[in-house]
Amino acid sequence: MSETDQLDAHLDENGEPTRRDFIYIATATVAAVGAASVAWPLVAQMGAANDTLAAGSIEIDLSKVEEGQQLKVLYRGKPVFVRYRTAKEIMEADTVEMNDLPDPETDDARLVANPQGALNTQYLVMIGVCTHFGCIPVGEAGDFDGWYCPCHGSHYDTSGRIRKGPAPLNMVIPEYKYLSDTIIKVG
Amino acid sequence: MSGPSTYEPKYAAERWLDKRLPIVRFGVDFMAFPSPRNLNYWYAFGGILTLCLMSQIITGIILAMHYTPDVNLAFDSVQRIRRDVQFGWLIQPMHAVGASMFFLAVYVHMFRGMYYGSYKNPRELLWIIGCLIYLVMMATGFLGYTLPWGQMSFWGATVITGFFGAIPVVGESLQQWLLGGYSVGNPTLQRFFSLHYLLPFVIVALVALHVWAVHHVGQNNPIGIDPKTKEDTLPFHPFYTMKDAFAIGVFMMIFALFVFYLPDALGHADNYQKADPLKTPPEIVPEWYFLPFYAILRAVPDKLLGVILMFAAIAILFILPWLDTAKVRSMRFRPVTRWFFIIFILAGFILGWCGARAPDDVAIPIGEGGLTFKWLSRIATFYYFAYFIPILPIMGWIEKTKPVPDSITKAVLSGDA
Repeated sequence: MSETDQLDAHLDENGEPTRRDFIYIATATVAAVGAASVAWPLVAQMGAANDTLAAGSIEIDLSKVEEGQQLKVLYRGKPVFVRYRTAKEIMEADTVEMNDLPDPETDDARLVANPQGALNTQYLVMIGVCTHFGCIPVGEAGDFDGWYCPCHGSHYDTSGRIRKGPAPLNMVIPEYKYLSDTIIKVG
Repeated sequence: MSGPSTYEPKYAAERWLDKRLPIVRFGVDFMAFPSPRNLNYWYAFGGILTLCLMSQIITGIILAMHYTPDVNLAFDSVQRIRRDVQFGWLIQPMHAVGASMFFLAVYVHMFRGMYYGSYKNPRELLWIIGCLIYLVMMATGFLGYTLPWGQMSFWGATVITGFFGAIPVVGESLQQWLLGGYSVGNPTLQRFFSLHYLLPFVIVALVALHVWAVHHVGQNNPIGIDPKTKEDTLPFHPFYTMKDAFAIGVFMMIFALFVFYLPDALGHADNYQKADPLKTPPEIVPEWYFLPFYAILRAVPDKLLGVILMFAAIAILFILPWLDTAKVRSMRFRPVTRWFFIIFILAGFILGWCGARAPDDVAIPIGEGGLTFKWLSRIATFYYFAYFIPILPIMGWIEKTKPVPDSITKAVLSGDA
């Protein structure tokens, strides 16, 4: 017997793999497919359940917010901030140099048009969750008059954009649209 | 290490049993395990840790009989345990304080191993199993801290599960899969409870491997040389059972001091407020035993890099046996590296201090504006990693070590052990 034959002992006298080898491989394959199809549900059950996914959208009445106030609404377990910004805050948000922003985005790009196609620059709607590790920033605080996250010291400006600190991105604008002049639907 | 069995069954019943299931022989040989005769009290922490693990499992099983893992009921059920359940006022703090005591003991045990070079050949795997135990302990501690559903529980869970969200591409899906929703909620609490009950038994299994490994390679000792003759060793029982028992007695006094007089000293007042997803506490701080890693996380301005560095701080422990190139095990004979090690421990304490304070506050008022905690934690983080690479490998090559004694017995008799 040559050396290669010894390494591969399951060859028959014609040098072909034996039928027993075939049965071994076929059995192992069926077992592997079976194990994988049982494992998948065991892993996937940990994802969000259907009722969690279905708790989808909410409507918010903007007329309830006065100038300089902020409304906090729970949406998918996270707070949505609705802020009626003062003229000074809007001005501050508009006059920022894009080069100063770690995550450049204009203030207008963070707003959604109302039914007339214009922007209600006074209403800022965003997910009030710090993009660092998910804490809730405090309003009218920080070095940029916007929000300040007490957890690890991220500063956001009056448009909810990250300006200073460890957070990598601007606070997220949820998907929303104006149903009328004062009512929006989030989600 | 373990020599031939010395067990001789005396009675017919013992002989009958020994022939069929030599369980008594196993126990007798286990207790007669030859241990180096120069072990000091730092070697008692293995026994202390066994006690901690048993205490946590027993009190934990009892608490699970009274606890309800539901976002609306969890907080109140823990308060009910403390106020209304018979002896709940004792058992709940035993479990909560016990976690702190467990970590205190494991840190001493790890530093002991690092000082006496207990991770070196042939104990690399023993060390790695130990690191795995530490890792599972941290997971268990974190999961358990979520269960009382106070403000720190909730926000700690939010921050830590946020680490996974930092992973590029799959991060967000992974985070939702872990939480069972868009944010920390009822599904999260229920799975955390389930896993918190499971992991201690994983620790038991790993401890069994750890003890098996130490019985196979033998214990290291303060002078780090192998026992050569019978005179170099003592049977584990009664010599070290008695020494361990005394150390356990002292340890339990400290434990009892906290349980009876300072049950909340190691916790955080904010955790007596029920979890509120709309309000972040003014400052989120983890339990004290995670503070050094929290400081490393915050030392870096980049989110992903901070998470990577924090996990690297633990991962690097696993390869320690191959980073330390020295032939001599014990730091007693390494006059320079010894000081690097002492500074390493100091860096650990400094990181813990930084983790507990706000990053922009002034730690040391020197220079213009003072040294902030952020910069102090950067310096300490740098040293933490520098100790492993390059200090340990380089010192192993260049350091001139002191002469090592010929045998443990000689060292003991001359008073050097």
